[in-house]
Amino acid sequence: MAERSFAREVEDLRLGDGQEFRGEGILAITKALLQSGVSYVGGYQGSPISHLMDVLADASDYMAELGVHFESSASEATAAAMLSASVMYPIRGAVTWKSTAGTNVASDALSNLSSGGVNGGAVIIIGEDYGEGSSIMQERSHAYAMKSQIWLMDPRPDLPTMVHMVEKAFELSEASNTPVMVEVRIRGCHVHGRFRAKDNRKPAYTLKQALENPVRDVNRIVLPPASFIHEKLKIEKRWPAAVNFIREQKLNEVFGPEDGEVGIILQGGMYNGVIRALQQLGLSDAYGNTRVPLYVMNVTYPLVDEEVVSFCTGKSAVVVVEEGQPEFIEQALNTLLRRRDINTRISGKDVFPMAGEYTATVMQKGLMGFLEKHAPRLLGNRPPLPDASPVLNSREVQALANVVPPRPPGFCTGCPERPIFAAMKLVEKELGTHHVSADIGCHLFSILPPFNIGATTMGYGLGPAAASAFNVKADKRVISVMGDGGFWHNGLSSSVGNAVFNKHDGVMLIVDNYYSSATGGQDILSSRAENKKRATNNSIVDAVKGVGARWVRQIDHTYDVAKMRDTLREALTTEEQGPKIIVASSECMLNKQRRVKPLVDKAEQAGQPVLRQRFGVDEDICTGDHACIRLSGCPSLSVKHVDDPLRDDPVAAIDNSCVACGNCGEVAEAAILCPSFYRADVLRNASGWERFMARLRAGVISFLQRRRETGRHLFARVSA
Amino acid sequence: MFDASIPRDKPLSIAILAMGGQGGGVLSDWIVAVAEANGWYAQSTSVPGVAQRTGATLYYIEMLPPKDGHAPVLALMPTPGDVDVVIAAELMEAGRSILRGLVTPDRTLLITSTHRAYAVAEKEKPGESIADPQAVDAASRIAARRVIAFDKDEAARESGTVISAPLFGALAGSGALPFDRASFEAVISEGGRGVKASLKGFAEGFARATANELPEARIANRKAVGIPETLGALDLDQRLARVRALPGSAQVAALAGLKRCIDYQDHAYGDEYLARLEALTILDARNGGAAQDFAFTAAAAKHVANAMAYDDVIGVADLKIRSARFARIASEMKAGEDPLQLTEFVHPRGEEVVSLLPAGWGRKVSASPAWMARIDRWVNRDRRIRTHSIRGFLQFSMIAGLRRWRRKLLRHDHEMRHMQVWLDLATRTLPKNYDLARAILATHRLIKGYSDTHARGLSKFDRVLSAVPQLEARTDGGAWIDRLISAALKDENGDALDGALKTVREL
Repeated sequence: MAERSFAREVEDLRLGDGQEFRGEGILAITKALLQSGVSYVGGYQGSPISHLMDVLADASDYMAELGVHFESSASEATAAAMLSASVMYPIRGAVTWKSTAGTNVASDALSNLSSGGVNGGAVIIIGEDYGEGSSIMQERSHAYAMKSQIWLMDPRPDLPTMVHMVEKAFELSEASNTPVMVEVRIRGCHVHGRFRAKDNRKPAYTLKQALENPVRDVNRIVLPPASFIHEKLKIEKRWPAAVNFIREQKLNEVFGPEDGEVGIILQGGMYNGVIRALQQLGLSDAYGNTRVPLYVMNVTYPLVDEEVVSFCTGKSAVVVVEEGQPEFIEQALNTLLRRRDINTRISGKDVFPMAGEYTATVMQKGLMGFLEKHAPRLLGNRPPLPDASPVLNSREVQALANVVPPRPPGFCTGCPERPIFAAMKLVEKELGTHHVSADIGCHLFSILPPFNIGATTMGYGLGPAAASAFNVKADKRVISVMGDGGFWHNGLSSSVGNAVFNKHDGVMLIVDNYYSSATGGQDILSSRAENKKRATNNSIVDAVKGVGARWVRQIDHTYDVAKMRDTLREALTTEEQGPKIIVASSECMLNKQRRVKPLVDKAEQAGQPVLRQRFGVDEDICTGDHACIRLSGCPSLSVKHVDDPLRDDPVAAIDNSCVACGNCGEVAEAAILCPSFYRADVLRNASGWERFMARLRAGVISFLQRRRETGRHLFARVSA
Repeated sequence: MFDASIPRDKPLSIAILAMGGQGGGVLSDWIVAVAEANGWYAQSTSVPGVAQRTGATLYYIEMLPPKDGHAPVLALMPTPGDVDVVIAAELMEAGRSILRGLVTPDRTLLITSTHRAYAVAEKEKPGESIADPQAVDAASRIAARRVIAFDKDEAARESGTVISAPLFGALAGSGALPFDRASFEAVISEGGRGVKASLKGFAEGFARATANELPEARIANRKAVGIPETLGALDLDQRLARVRALPGSAQVAALAGLKRCIDYQDHAYGDEYLARLEALTILDARNGGAAQDFAFTAAAAKHVANAMAYDDVIGVADLKIRSARFARIASEMKAGEDPLQLTEFVHPRGEEVVSLLPAGWGRKVSASPAWMARIDRWVNRDRRIRTHSIRGFLQFSMIAGLRRWRRKLLRHDHEMRHMQVWLDLATRTLPKNYDLARAILATHRLIKGYSDTHARGLSKFDRVLSAVPQLEARTDGGAWIDRLISAALKDENGDALDGALKTVREL
């Protein structure tokens, strides 16, 4: 069950010839796959391509109708290997993942795939997670394309171009027997736009046909001597075929005047930013009518030498707008022009920064720098550029810089992982700090305040693997953390199997929240929901025992902080040898609320008894030390000022968004904090008997209250 | 309606700053839909990332009508200094938009909610570290062309919807987009779910944006407190007169302290408090307090009350079972006629139980580690008291009833001795260094909480006061203690305090 329902988007996938599609970039790409007659689609979810996977998962009935096989792959390596169906057969296939993290995982299969080459179109949609908001290391997919000779597309981020390029990617792949990567940046994936749809195509050659008519060709397999031939083929056949196709199909675009003193060569993904900067410099209008010639590389690898040469010829200088490093394209251009003794100056990283996202300001400054150097006359009388610096330099805004707090992502309200890390903090107080090897997933937020737990992350499912060196006798054990997502992605063999085999003495905490939550709540092997199309409910505990783990504890309610703490303590102190594995399970609250809340609302409206719960803080008992917050960080547990002249510090307060997960009460007890927390339960639609009993109790209590309150002057401590 | 100062030959640009989960995506979709419904091209992008839960997120929208059938080329990210409308779903996010250069005086209409959702960095400190809203207000005054600011979270809650609805209403009401109100409302209606509440929230936002609110009212200040004419009872008013006789700067706190002591124990305890305060006032006056606005007495009024009404088990039990509390929670939960159940989470330790013993007996028990361990074994565990049940109520009621003997119990004995030592230090210091004496009183702020938290507070209190001998001769001694206090409130263990103390030792 994914985080949201994509029922409406599924309808968009059915749009036919001439109808207008309006929506997100990644959904347009999904539609383009179907328009291309794809036979199978796989992939591993992750920002920014999760929606592609989620929509296809929700569209399974329609996919069956079209004869398209879709599956959520176990990992990117699985997805890449899936493309092998296109090696022997004229079958079109597409897979998707987040790059470069996913490309790293996939690279074994990718190398084999590109070495042997493909028969049917094999396309990889990669969500290039680079720049602001990225959750991964900043690297380029371009390097992968170059080292394996996979062609790399980087289409202009408008929907018609993106869709067209995906369709052409299959043709390019077939024309050159080479897999093709289509790179879409985060903003491109999430861009809202429109395009004219075409009818979807059923696959021309189906998987069924292939299964029933098997083909094998030893020359496609990476085994000597074929592997040596593959390299020759890549250079002598596939590369020229690709270049010819790109040129003939005009996949790269030229905009602006035919002649120009200078020109701009850019990755397709940079196009909108370049146009905006040119507009600000007075060199383009809002509709893309530019006065500076542009060569837009919708295919950034391989280069089409003739096109580049013809664009550069006659220009005194060109600037390469190429985001990220190293500057592969700029280097290639220099080699290309030098070899032909063309003296057009190549500018690029001299005016643009080597590292970092090409934001609007960077783009503006870079192009301005280039034009000032090589064509200052073009800048004319220089209209004033948008400039926030007077405001930013003002006293008031400078003062603001020290005021606005950082707001990194964190655990959601009611997250079942919060009590796990609260328990770790409590154990830390008893046994001291430990080296904690972290992993990828929501649990990584424990690295941030208020928990500040975790030293390294080496990759998905590699938390415990990254602790493997720390298998020596010492007074403290290493703790490693891994989510259920990482566990099934890679962790079972690389982390658990490895630890068992090497008799690792560390503590391994597997955080099981029933979904691959960080990527949007997709089902995985151990998900507890029944899923008609997938085999769920496969126990993590059984799996780790299956690979030989002995000390295994299952905690089926992570909110039990005391139990969590005691189990961790036991794992850290037991005499038992080998890995100590704790599987801590509770459902992701975001998904649970999405699932349960409508049901509860409906039940209440239908007159069924429903318990409404919330936690609260007695503000006249709270003393404003905020120790509870340091063990929680819950968005619904906050602070507030009270108008009490006797108090300086704000008190804790719980707002309406509380989902009564229980963490506050458990932490207050386990950490022996303070008695100010309470839980209030209101029983809606109570039965007559329950009402009667409640009234009776309330009557007695109210009598007792009157008795003890008469004769006293009671003042509310807080007048807020 | 249409605001002509926004140029139309280039795209109209809107940036939305929100926190993950606030519904920024919904708002962004609505804005795109209203533009498209009016025949414009609109493009939105975001960098939310699926995992960016409660972090700051940015949505960016550009819109422009097509020209001769050509679609415009729209940017995927805002240019600082080139944004027409910034919508902030929370006050500090408005601050962040200003810091990012998205708000400039020639262009930008800033629509912000004034409510706060505190970041972890603001909440986790043991003391006060909430970001100053006035800084955002001051910056927005110079950065924005126009500001529409009100508490849209409240508006949303009143309408039973989420914040995107009043924000959308405020955008419509601002006149920044050349589309009529009906087309905005049509977009909401097409949404399907929660339409009625959304429309109500929209209308509220629209009305607030079109009403000319005083800019001064934008960010509410903390309420000013004064002294009332009467407390409604003759015996109380006699005590109120004693409060009035105190220096003006101490009166507000003294009244609060008086109430606190009466509420905590009884009228006699309130008198005891006033007597202490009056004695300190005389000392204050004798040592030049008049020239210092009686800062010493003002500090005493606050902190002596806190010292006398220390947080103990009896007080907690007393507060937990009051009728006013039951009523407050019932109203917060909108319980109405439905049964309300209350569960309290307490974890008594041996120390707390022993502190309830008569002082002499209690001292003997606490001197015996064997007895302490035994008692701890008996009582030290999680206890959930259900105060709505008669049994739970009576449990607390019995403990609260110990109030009558409180003055004879071990805890009281401890607290009073501790207070005396502290007050002695302050009064001894007063003739030597007025401001230092005031700061010694202020140090009591560090004592708070229960069990470990309380012990930690006490340790910080002692550590801060350990610097007094070195500071006695310094005119800035009081200021140094103030610095030590704020350092002590920076982190849990007092690491910052240790650093600051080192500095003091090197003075």
